Amino acid sequence: MAAEAPDTTARPAPPEQIRAVPVRHPGRWVAAAVIAVLAAMFVHMLATNPVFQWDFMLDNMFTPAVLRGARTTLVMTVAAMVLGVLLGIVLAVMRLSPNPVVSGAAWTYIWFFRAIPRIVLLFFIANLGALYARYEFGFPFDRQLMDLLGFQADWRLFGFDGNEIFVGFTAGLLGLALSEGAYMAEIVRAGIQSVDPGQAEAAHALGMSRGRTMRRIVLPQAMRVIIPPTGNETIAMLKDTSLLIAVPVTTELNFQLRAIGSRTFQIIPMAVASILWYLALTSLLMIGQYFLEKRFSRGFGATETRAQRAARRAADVGSQK
Amino acid sequence: MTGDGAAMVRAEGVRKSFGHVEVLKGIDLEVAPGEVVCVIGPSGSGKSTFLRCINHLEKIDAGRLWVDGHLVGYRERGGKLHELRDREVAAQRRDIGMVFQRFNLFPHMTALENVVEAPVGVKGVRREEARARGVELLERVGLGERVHNYPNQLSGGQQQRVAIARALAMEPKLMLFDEPTSALDPELVGEVLDVMRGLAESGMTMVVVTHEMGFAREVGDSLVFMDDGVVVEAGDPRRVLTDPQHPRTQAFLSKVL
Repeated sequence: MAAEAPDTTARPAPPEQIRAVPVRHPGRWVAAAVIAVLAAMFVHMLATNPVFQWDFMLDNMFTPAVLRGARTTLVMTVAAMVLGVLLGIVLAVMRLSPNPVVSGAAWTYIWFFRAIPRIVLLFFIANLGALYARYEFGFPFDRQLMDLLGFQADWRLFGFDGNEIFVGFTAGLLGLALSEGAYMAEIVRAGIQSVDPGQAEAAHALGMSRGRTMRRIVLPQAMRVIIPPTGNETIAMLKDTSLLIAVPVTTELNFQLRAIGSRTFQIIPMAVASILWYLALTSLLMIGQYFLEKRFSRGFGATETRAQRAARRAADVGSQK
Repeated sequence: MTGDGAAMVRAEGVRKSFGHVEVLKGIDLEVAPGEVVCVIGPSGSGKSTFLRCINHLEKIDAGRLWVDGHLVGYRERGGKLHELRDREVAAQRRDIGMVFQRFNLFPHMTALENVVEAPVGVKGVRREEARARGVELLERVGLGERVHNYPNQLSGGQQQRVAIARALAMEPKLMLFDEPTSALDPELVGEVLDVMRGLAESGMTMVVVTHEMGFAREVGDSLVFMDDGVVVEAGDPRRVLTDPQHPRTQAFLSKVL
């Protein structure tokens, strides 16, 4: 014991801890001060300007009509996004098809619907009832063919009244979903193309069909790339529901708040109420996005924190000894 | 004609071009059941391409290729070749396992999920049964402790062993290895070669594209040297490695040995 003691302490003394004078950053302090002053001025304005009418705003931003409007806005956002994403997946797969007609059709769709402003598209769809009063589906060119054969007949399977379908919520949903499909197609395509081709090859080598490879192997990995821009799209969609005025859909949030403002001449309080409502709803969607991102980052490092990984590596080294 | 029933793999005059570059210029090769054939050669010699032709990941332009007596990717009817449908090609591939240089494990699935995915999804094996068999296979490749780890939590050697277990889960008649140790750190090569050695000893038919001359010598039943899209020399590995006949084989071996 006594003989060994000098051996273990014979190592050179550890170097002295560095206690250097840190670099000063006066610029940061000035910037912080400027921001603090601006923030104080902003709060002061909110508190002192009588036009804001905070009491009036609070009394009127939760009326039953406004709450119904918020619900319509949320339901429309979710429904249009679900349809848009599904449409986008179909278009993206078409776009990547080796068949030039299929891929060209998808390209044309994307070109057309990305070019049209949503408000123009919504207005157009809302007036499709003027193009044909009745829309029917069946055998293509049935009347012309029957004419050729010398019959007076047609072959229709089902149909609907244009003036019943292309109004209100349905027209709005149709317009927003059709438009969204074009944007989502490009996002999904980028996601699919971001997946290493070796993944599909490995799946094929295991005997998986093309469809199964896409569903089980490629799309789940593409989701990692698809979700963040889709979050953006969803937030944009939430705000674009205010364009439903072009249809018109009057049960929507912004319309309801503005209606109160116009009726009472309290424009600013109700505009602020609108801002606050959209802030709240967007925040709600961001929470959803956070959990989706977490779900689809499994196996890509985010499931294991740095500390967990360090602990596991340490345990590995220990077990190998 | 149909393929010789005795051969597991039989290639006759297989040719393949990418654009104007002819990568395979008429490959003839026969692999008997239970045989381990190692394919060596300089990079760009076409050995990986040939391997990918065997399970139809690449379409051949000329010649014939049979696996277990069945034409790969085509059906011969009335003296004419008909392309097989995707579904039929997929069915052929179920019997052919493949291990890739870059592992190509599915990163969003754990080791066990990687192994279970194809038996359940393609063959319709019951999930519990497939999981039990998957755990067994992972234990066989020495990864019994790692079944619930994601690929990015595994070393390269461990990933490649999972990839081997994943291919074995389909109970293939033939295993193809495309430079399985080339992407590994040197100290991890041994563990993968050990698993492959065990597999060869169990009687699996294997075609191995490799740069591991030691493995080829000790485990291989025959050795094929490819260069510039043709088989230059083939035969007993010990003979080819110690006494190469062709000057191109001699030149290649003098660089790598």
